[in-house]
Amino acid sequence: MSRIKILASAVLATTLTAGLSTSALAAAGDPVKIGIMLPFSGIYAQLGEAGRDGLKLALKENASELHGSPVEFIELDTEAKPSRAPELASSMLNQHEADFVVGPVHSGVAMGMIKMLRGKDTIMIVPNAGSAAATGPLCSPNIFRTSFSSWQPSYPMGKVALEKGYKKVYAISWNYGMGRESLDAFKESFTAGGGEIVEEVLLPFPSTNFQSHVSDIADQNPDAVFTFFAGGGAIKFVKDYDAMGLRGKIPLLGSGFLTEGTLQAQGEAAEGVVTGLHYAEELDVPKNREFREAFNTEYGHYPDIYAVQGYDAGQAIASTINQLKGDISDKQAVISTMEKLTIDSPRGEFTFSKAHNPIQNIYLREVKDGVNMVQSVAAEALEDPARGCKL
Amino acid sequence: MSTELFFVQLINGLQYGLLLFLIASGLTLVFGVMGILNLAHGSMYMVGAYLAWYFVAITGSFTAAAILSAVVALGLGILIERVLIQRLYNRNHLDQVLLTIGMIFVFNSLQSILWGNDPYGVAVPEALSGSVPFTDNSSYPVYRIFAALICIAIAAALYFVVSKTRLGMLIRAGESNREMVEALGVNIKSLYTIVFAIGVMLAAISGIIAAPMRSIVPGMGESVLITCFVVVVIGGMGSIKGAFVGALLVGIVSTFAAVLMPTMSNMIIYIFMILVLLVKPQGLFAK
Repeated sequence: MSRIKILASAVLATTLTAGLSTSALAAAGDPVKIGIMLPFSGIYAQLGEAGRDGLKLALKENASELHGSPVEFIELDTEAKPSRAPELASSMLNQHEADFVVGPVHSGVAMGMIKMLRGKDTIMIVPNAGSAAATGPLCSPNIFRTSFSSWQPSYPMGKVALEKGYKKVYAISWNYGMGRESLDAFKESFTAGGGEIVEEVLLPFPSTNFQSHVSDIADQNPDAVFTFFAGGGAIKFVKDYDAMGLRGKIPLLGSGFLTEGTLQAQGEAAEGVVTGLHYAEELDVPKNREFREAFNTEYGHYPDIYAVQGYDAGQAIASTINQLKGDISDKQAVISTMEKLTIDSPRGEFTFSKAHNPIQNIYLREVKDGVNMVQSVAAEALEDPARGCKL
Repeated sequence: MSTELFFVQLINGLQYGLLLFLIASGLTLVFGVMGILNLAHGSMYMVGAYLAWYFVAITGSFTAAAILSAVVALGLGILIERVLIQRLYNRNHLDQVLLTIGMIFVFNSLQSILWGNDPYGVAVPEALSGSVPFTDNSSYPVYRIFAALICIAIAAALYFVVSKTRLGMLIRAGESNREMVEALGVNIKSLYTIVFAIGVMLAAISGIIAAPMRSIVPGMGESVLITCFVVVVIGGMGSIKGAFVGALLVGIVSTFAAVLMPTMSNMIIYIFMILVLLVKPQGLFAK
């Protein structure tokens, strides 16, 4: 149905503009086509919905910046399935001729999309997937990211662990891109400062049989544990850790996703967990309070980090169009404008690195009474090393 | 691995195995008696967990939630058998697979519509929230001991019902010769309804018991279904005794595999299954 609608409006648009000969008029009247490639079904559906809602809110709030161009959204459900990604990205490019493609959530899907979109005129904005490659070896002038690189939340945690006096750390995660890269980033700063990783465990994704590993941790008795898990796995790990009596005995550190969107389900088991992330819901920044209220008014619930990242993708698009006075036909100009943006994000202002990844603060948070309370800034304006990127 | 850690992991494995048995028992019971391969069995486990979460939120009591959820699951089992499964008795396994796979999609969508896609958790009931000292710096949660005991109690109850009661006699008779049982004037239709509903309820009860220990997320049914099939195949399709032994073996093997070779741990239970099938092609306790 929606496809028919899009087709119909495309036909209508071409017949209408066919009569107009001046390009200036066409530029002002052409809709800005924003493709949304996010998961709306499957295990990441909630993340996809949040990202889309944030994106749409930003474009609604900044409608005046678009210089009269209407916005046309094309939504395709990635189902978080990497195998479908190239086909969907290709249809965004060729069939829908999107100016911007916002997506995806899942790093595997990101790889499939990048394969199709890299070096093309369409601007790809990643509102979540943290895979190092997207702004590393596979970086491209037309690929931007408004979220994070897997390296960013974990790297400062090595330093944090050392400052807290931990010498021996047990590291555990899933054996896939984000998991491996998170542990590697932690290890990088932790071992450089003299820390020792006593054990590194990589479990098959998305296995959640953690109890035997928690027993193993109790037996090895390290100074602390560092981990990356997200979603259902994060809930299960934190609960198992608490159930086996380790909470309060061996400190639990992690990449911030361990306690993001999961606190209610984790309950008391999450109290005292220390994590690093580029956002915290209670972050005391005026823009954050403003955004949270606006989002709640629009959708009836408070936003999470995925909504923030989608919102910033929307802000980036709106500001770029504004600075170009509504004419986005020159893609080179679009890219160089976007590169220079300073995004007034709910997480605090950020700019893009050469590789197009946010240069942003990483906050040190600790769970207190079911809330991620910001303790300090673990790393200020942290830039991903973008290893392998030639931009 | 120290002796102490060995025993700790053995207990972890047994506890996991007991839960696996509870989930797999319904699957193997239904297959053994009715010859129906219910691929949506994992969905029933998911439904149990979500119902438990939902009713805990409403009633505030885990006990009340558990009873309500089990009753709803029993009703759901009767409904599914009467409306859908009944039409499959004279059809082949492919039709059963198609219908029950379809049910997986239906239940996943219902879950998404009714309860959304957020991950949920259920708090351990107050009375069972303590823990007993275990090793130097770990303790064992009372709830997990309780869960293991419930699994043993249900296993014993199943054994008693099947081998000592009239219902069990009919079940066993129905397994070996359906026509003869019918000829003797037993209403095999309602017997099947009862067995299927019990199967669904067993899966849901495992979901309820697992709820405070696991995360309640979309897709939780499918992941458990595969492990269940491994358990049932190792034990011998249709054998409850086999499911019990198979579940404990799978629990222990996967627990030790997870610690000793974490990256390969998912594969180990399948390799174990292949080894068992090489020696006993019909499973350990095949009929």
